Amino acid sequence: MFRNNYDNDSVTFSPQGRIFQVEYAAEAVKQGSVVVGIASKTHAVLVAIKRNAEELSSYQKKLFPIDEHVGIAIAGLTSDARVLSNFMKQQCLGHRLTYGRNMPVRSLVDMIGSKAQVNTQHYGKRPYGVGLLVAGVDESGPHLFEFQPSGMTEEMQAFAIGARSQMARTYLEKNLDAFAACGREELVRHGLKALKESLVQDRELTVENTSVGIAGVSKAEDGSTKVEPFKVFDGQDVNAWIESVADNKEGGAAEGEGMDVDG
Amino acid sequence: MDHRPQAWGRPRDDVYGAYDASYLQNSGPKTVTQSPVVTGTSVIAIKFNEGVVIAADNLASYGSLARFTDVKRLRVFLDSSVVGFGGDVSDMQFLDRHLNELAIDEAYDAAEPTPETPTSPGTLNAANLHKYLQKLMYRRRNDFDPLWNQILVAGLDAASKPFLASVDLRGTAFTSPSLATGFGSALAQPIMRKYAATEEDAARLTREQAVDVVKECMKVLFYRDARSLDKYSIAVVTKAGVELKENEQLERQSWAFAERIKGYGTQTV
Amino acid sequence: MAMFSQNPIMNGPSYSFNDAPRVNGPEGARQHRFDPYTDNGGSTLAIAGADFTIMAGDTRLTSGYSINSRHHPKLFKIGGTTADQKDATIVLSVVGFMADGEALKERLDTICKMYRYRHGKPMSVKACAQRLSTILYQKRFFPYYAYAILGGLDEEGKGAVYSYDPVGSYEREQCRAGGAAASLIMPFLDNQVNFKNQYEPGSGEGHALQEVARRPLTRNEVETLVKDAFDGAVERHIEVGDGLQMMVITSTGIEEILLPLKKD
Repeated sequence: MFRNNYDNDSVTFSPQGRIFQVEYAAEAVKQGSVVVGIASKTHAVLVAIKRNAEELSSYQKKLFPIDEHVGIAIAGLTSDARVLSNFMKQQCLGHRLTYGRNMPVRSLVDMIGSKAQVNTQHYGKRPYGVGLLVAGVDESGPHLFEFQPSGMTEEMQAFAIGARSQMARTYLEKNLDAFAACGREELVRHGLKALKESLVQDRELTVENTSVGIAGVSKAEDGSTKVEPFKVFDGQDVNAWIESVADNKEGGAAEGEGMDVDG
Repeated sequence: MDHRPQAWGRPRDDVYGAYDASYLQNSGPKTVTQSPVVTGTSVIAIKFNEGVVIAADNLASYGSLARFTDVKRLRVFLDSSVVGFGGDVSDMQFLDRHLNELAIDEAYDAAEPTPETPTSPGTLNAANLHKYLQKLMYRRRNDFDPLWNQILVAGLDAASKPFLASVDLRGTAFTSPSLATGFGSALAQPIMRKYAATEEDAARLTREQAVDVVKECMKVLFYRDARSLDKYSIAVVTKAGVELKENEQLERQSWAFAERIKGYGTQTV
Repeated sequence: MAMFSQNPIMNGPSYSFNDAPRVNGPEGARQHRFDPYTDNGGSTLAIAGADFTIMAGDTRLTSGYSINSRHHPKLFKIGGTTADQKDATIVLSVVGFMADGEALKERLDTICKMYRYRHGKPMSVKACAQRLSTILYQKRFFPYYAYAILGGLDEEGKGAVYSYDPVGSYEREQCRAGGAAASLIMPFLDNQVNFKNQYEPGSGEGHALQEVARRPLTRNEVETLVKDAFDGAVERHIEVGDGLQMMVITSTGIEEILLPLKKD
């Protein structure tokens, strides 16, 4: 019987030049429920679908604040995400202590990138089984980054990761040109619409299963930047947004040509 | 000199004593700066409506000896801030190298170049830099290995307002509309406070006024501080950047007062 | 020739640098040991009311006879969600060596922020007070040279003031003065806040004297008291002056007040 001999550890290449453990870790990301992130010129938002393991259990958190200007959305192993989240929190606090400013989001993402890469090059280590969307604002404005277990990081204008996220990405690609100019509310609505694309047939966005996270920045008249701290909204706080993208209210210009919810 | 073939050219033990090999060991107790050696004297700075003026003379003294007369004690950071050093010159040079590294790191981390800003020098402003230096100096004092300097940082803060702050060898940090280190805190600060007692006063000063005040103070320091020089550096930091002049000469000096003071010049009585 | 024999006994030089006197003087003659501490002067004060706490400190920063800055706050909000401390509920005042004081503040603030991150709620004043004591004691043999006072509202909403020595001894009190002018202000506080040595006029003599009834002070009374205490301290202590920073902690948040003091 065929057996893959090259996936026992994360330090051995297959003859085709692949590292299977890292690819399997990327699969773990696809097991997680979908999260969407979009950045405009003024805001960076994250929206997520929370899952409950069974009817009786609570919903697993998907969005985590890191520091006052950054938050993450996770898809994959929540416990691995917490390790990264704690690390990022420490880095941000340390940076604020030594420089007295918000840590630049790119530097922060580079650090978890390097941290995750180490796990793909040492025998006996395991790559993180989680993908992240990192949204935040710093002195150069709002940013959105994607992070993968391989250690790959990339700045994005809009992105989605997790189960069935291709549908959401298709929506984002279609509406990409609109995002840069979007205000806060509009950006959240775009996020939720993208999220809806990835839903299974009879599922709906509800106050129980939807999370929204927002960070923003505005220029004051004296040239200084005012930061709207990253905040996560759950439960009744997201009701108005969900209703504003409900099916019967749609039919606007932003909506694609009747893309089927479940393909 | 030793003429034996096996030790030719070396100092003779019977003349100079056995060679003290302890100098070659790199184990043993760690050595730290216990006192400054080659030193720079005052640095002075004052805020004005749209920036900061900072100055320091070009002298490095070895005790009372005017040892090096062309040492630049103002240093530009990321084209947007100026750091002025008083105190030990070797520690200043260490900090200078350290700040070079910091600037390079910051330039790597900075946002990717855009058409508007083709070369982004980074976003570390004077306030951030001062905070960093305070942490560095405080850390070194905690290790009982202080960097023997008092430092002024001049530039702009996150809101693009004039920023001026000081940090010393113990990590004590503070800000004020005008600041001076060393002798300057006794001789120049009272003069500068006449023009900028409060932040509001400083915000009404023009660039020309501020430069004049600083030049006047440099002159007073040269008159009364024995470890000072009439050649100095002066920098003006504004939103537009840093204008640094490193070979200024004190002008319009008057030593007329000396005649009336016993001990100055030649007096017959 | 004997000259090249290299036999020191036969051909030794008649001179030696071996016993030349050392250039440096005797041990300790020019020794200039580094002193890691300075006293930056200034004074602080805290008074707990029935449903508020008022913290105060002057804003002068000195070293020796020099005034380094006329506006350098000694009061810090602790444990807010963001760097601007908008939603903070606790205030820390420090006086002594300011670099240590500010390092202490940042340690405590970071701990409060991590507590909030882990537990999803702010730290209580009681917990924060205990933690501050631990931080100070951890540096028992290279202490933070800072006299700290922590103020806030306790679980019942009453004003709470905790005062510390530099190595972490602490207690909860009704009021406390710290720093350069502590010895000038504290007796005044004993008399005015705790009504010490105040007796009902005409109530008799000796043991018959009746103490004036103690009552909690109102916010306005305390604010005037604080201003008077500092005006007195400024008059008699050279390290106190320039500005008075006050923070009033109530259930609705922290109000900050800046008043001028004499600048001489």
